[in-house]
Amino acid sequence: MESVIPILEFKKTCVSYTKQTMAVKYVSAAIERNTITAIMGPSGCGKSTLLRAVNLMHSLYQNIRVDGEILLNGENILSMEPIDVRRRVGMVFQRPAPFPTMSIYDNVLSGFSLNGIKLSKAEKDTTVEHCLKSVALWDEVKDVLNKKGTFLSGGQQQRLCIARALAMKPDVLLMDEPTSALDPIATKHIEELLLDLQKEVTILIVTHNMGQAKRISSKSMFMYLGELVEYGDTETMFTNPIDERTKAYLTGKMG
Amino acid sequence: MNDKLYRIILFVAALIVPIVCGGVVYALATDAYDAFEHFGFLNFLTSSQWSYTAGNEQYGALPFITGTLMTALLALVFCIPFSLPVALFVGEYFRGTKVASVLSTVTDLLAGIPSIIYGLWGFFTLRPILMTLDISPQGSGVLTASLVLAIMIIPYVASLSAEFIKMVPNDLKEGAYSLGATRAEVIRKIIFPVAGSGMFSSYVLAIGRALGETMTVTMLIGNTNNIPDSIQSTGNSMASIIANQFGEADDLRLSSLIAIGLVLFLITALINIIGKIMIKRARIV
Amino acid sequence: MAALTAVPLLAILGEVLLRGYHQLSWAFFTEPTPTAYKAMKAIEAGEPIPGGIANGIVGTMIMLGMAVIVAVPLGILCGAFLAENSKNRFAQFVSYLTDLLQGTPSVIIGIITYIWVVVPMKGYSAIAGSVALCIMMVPLIVRSTEETLKILPASLKEAGLALGGNKARVMMRVQLPAAFGGIFTGILLAVSRVIGETAPLMFTALGCSLIRFSVDKPISAVPLLIWEFFNDPNLQELIWGASLFLLLFVLALNLTAKYLAKKWNQ
Repeated sequence: MESVIPILEFKKTCVSYTKQTMAVKYVSAAIERNTITAIMGPSGCGKSTLLRAVNLMHSLYQNIRVDGEILLNGENILSMEPIDVRRRVGMVFQRPAPFPTMSIYDNVLSGFSLNGIKLSKAEKDTTVEHCLKSVALWDEVKDVLNKKGTFLSGGQQQRLCIARALAMKPDVLLMDEPTSALDPIATKHIEELLLDLQKEVTILIVTHNMGQAKRISSKSMFMYLGELVEYGDTETMFTNPIDERTKAYLTGKMG
Repeated sequence: MNDKLYRIILFVAALIVPIVCGGVVYALATDAYDAFEHFGFLNFLTSSQWSYTAGNEQYGALPFITGTLMTALLALVFCIPFSLPVALFVGEYFRGTKVASVLSTVTDLLAGIPSIIYGLWGFFTLRPILMTLDISPQGSGVLTASLVLAIMIIPYVASLSAEFIKMVPNDLKEGAYSLGATRAEVIRKIIFPVAGSGMFSSYVLAIGRALGETMTVTMLIGNTNNIPDSIQSTGNSMASIIANQFGEADDLRLSSLIAIGLVLFLITALINIIGKIMIKRARIV
Repeated sequence: MAALTAVPLLAILGEVLLRGYHQLSWAFFTEPTPTAYKAMKAIEAGEPIPGGIANGIVGTMIMLGMAVIVAVPLGILCGAFLAENSKNRFAQFVSYLTDLLQGTPSVIIGIITYIWVVVPMKGYSAIAGSVALCIMMVPLIVRSTEETLKILPASLKEAGLALGGNKARVMMRVQLPAAFGGIFTGILLAVSRVIGETAPLMFTALGCSLIRFSVDKPISAVPLLIWEFFNDPNLQELIWGASLFLLLFVLALNLTAKYLAKKWNQ
C-alpha cells in the first residue's frame, strides 16, 4: 500500500540572508511521490534558494537561516545532520560538474566513496552499469569507462551527473536548471530521461523555461518575490491560472 | 574522519605560521637584548664602531644599515631602465605573443638562479670588467653589488609591472586611440597614470627582496665595516656582516649580530607590508 | 632594450657552462671534496684536482628530503585552511603572516634555526639545515595550494557535498585532486628556490668534507661547497663544476614547473 505521507513537504518554510530580507517567505506545499514538480518564476523569486534548502546546501554559508519545516517522509530535515539528508536527496546543478580527476566509472560511484561506503568489485560493476543504463549513457561510454569524463559532450556530462546522483538511490532528486547550459537536442534527451525516471524517484526541478515545465511536469509551483503564489496541476495552471501574477508570468507580461 | 577532526587539523596546521613568526620575533629580540642593553638601543643603531678588542668591544649597526639601504636603492635605480621596457613589451606592445612569453620565461628563470651563482658571476666576470673600465678601482664595492642586485630584482619588477599594465582597461586605451593619440602618448598619458601605483608597489616589493639578499652582496661588497662614502667604496650590508661573522662570534658580538638581524627583519617586514598594502589598493582599481 | 634582459641570463649560463664543463665526470659526482692539502699538491703537480662534490650532493638531498616531508603536508593543510576560510579574520591574519615569512631574508631564517635547533642540540646538524629549508618552503606551498583551491569552480565542491560527503572527504577526494597540478608546481618551485640557498645553511648544517648519512651531525650541501671553494684559494677550480650542477638542476626544475603549469592549465 502506498504511503499517504507526502514524500516532501514544505511547512511555512522561510529562508533569509539577513535579518531584514527573506528570500523565501512562508512556503507551504506537499510534493507528490514519483512526480515531476516544476518550480517556476522570474529571476530572483527564490526558487533556487528554496531548492537548495532541501539538501541543506545553505549550511555551507554563514548567514543563511532557514525557519519553518521541511519534511522528508515525515522527518524534519532541518533538525537532521546535513550528511544524512544529502544521502537521501540528490542534486544536479546547472553546470555539469563531473569530477575532473575521476574516471567515468569512479564518477558514478563517487557518492559511495565520499560517504565512506565500501562496495565489492561486483557491486561496483553492477551499480555503474545500472545507473548509466538508466540515464541512457551506457552504450555510449561502456568501452571508455576508465577515461575521465571531461571529454564528453555537455549533455552526456549532465547525464553522468544524474547517474551519479541516482547511484545513491535518493528519495528525491533536486535539479537546478539542469538543461539551461545545454543545446536543444541534449535538452530534449534529458527531458525524455526525466519523464522515465520519475517512476523511480521524485523529481523537483527549477526551471526558467516555461515550455520545459509544461512538457515534463505534472505539478508546478509558481513563485514570485519569495512567495509561493500558486501550486497545482501543470495543465490547469497553464490553461487557467488562478492568480493574476501567475497569469502575467505565463503570458510573458512579467519577466 | 569526521568534520570536527578535519577542522581541528586544518586549524592546527594554520596555527604553525603565527607561531613561527611570533617565535622569530621573540627569539631575535631576546637574544639581541644583551647588545641593546649594553650599548643602548639608539646608540647601537647610530654607532659605526665595530671592533672586537677584548675588554673593549664596540659594536654598532650604522654602517650596515647604510650599506643595505644604499645597495637596495641603487639596485632599484639600475633595474628600472631594464624592467620597464620588459614590462611594456610583455604587457602592452607584444602582449600575448610568443615573443612575450619567451621573454617572460627568461625573466622568470633569472629569478630562479641561486644567489651564490649571481655572486660568482659578479665576482669573476663583472668585477674584472669594472676594473678594466676603471669604473671601480678595486672591483668590489657598493656599485658592483648593486649592479648584480639590480639584475636579480628585474624579474620581480618586470612581471608585477607587466601585470598592472595588462590590467589597464581596454576601453580607456581605445578611447585615447580613437581621439588620435599615438602609442607613446597612450602609454604616457593613460597607462602610466592608471598602472602607476601598481608599478610603484612592485618597486617597493623589489626593494624588500634586495634588502635581504645575502650571498651576492657578501661576495661583492668588499666586506669593510665602514659607512660607504661613495658608490665606489666598499662596505657591508646587514645581511653580509651576519653571513661573514656569525660563525665565529660569541657573547656580545653574537648578540650584536642578532640585533642587526632583528633590525633587518623589521625593516624588511615593514617594506613588505607597505608593498602588499599598495598592491591591494592598486588592484581595486 | 627589453632584449637586453636576456643577456645576463645567457651570460651567466654561458660563463658557468664554459668554466665548469671540463670538470664534470663520474668521479666528480661520486667523490667527496678533497682537502686543501691534497688540492694544493695537485695544483703544484699540474694535475687536475681530485675529488668532487658527492658530499654536497648527498647532504643537499638528505636535507631537502627531510624538509619536503614536513613542509608539503603542512603547507597543503595550511593552504586548505586558508582557502576554506577566506572570510575569517584569523585566516586573513595567517595569510599576512605567510607573506611575511616568505619575504623574510634567508639569513634571518638561518639565525632563527640556529637559536632554535643548533643551540639546544649543542651542535650543527642536517636536522637544523632541513628545519631552515622547511621554514622557507612552507609559505610557497601554502600560497600555491590556497590559490589553486580558490580557482576551482564552486560547483565541484558543491557537487561533492550534495552527494553526502563530509568536508574532509570532499577535500581529499575532490578538491585536492583537482588542485593537484597547481600544488605540484608550487612544490617544484619551492624546492628549486631552496636548493640553492647558502646563507641559512651556513649556521645550521655548517658543512662537512665527508659523505655523511647521519642527520645529527654537520653535513655538507652543494651551495655550501661552492662557498667553501670560493673562499679557499686551492679549491677554486672546483667552483665551476659545482655551480654548473646546481644551475642546471635549478633551471631544469623551473622549466619543468613552467611546462607542467601550462600543460595542466588547458
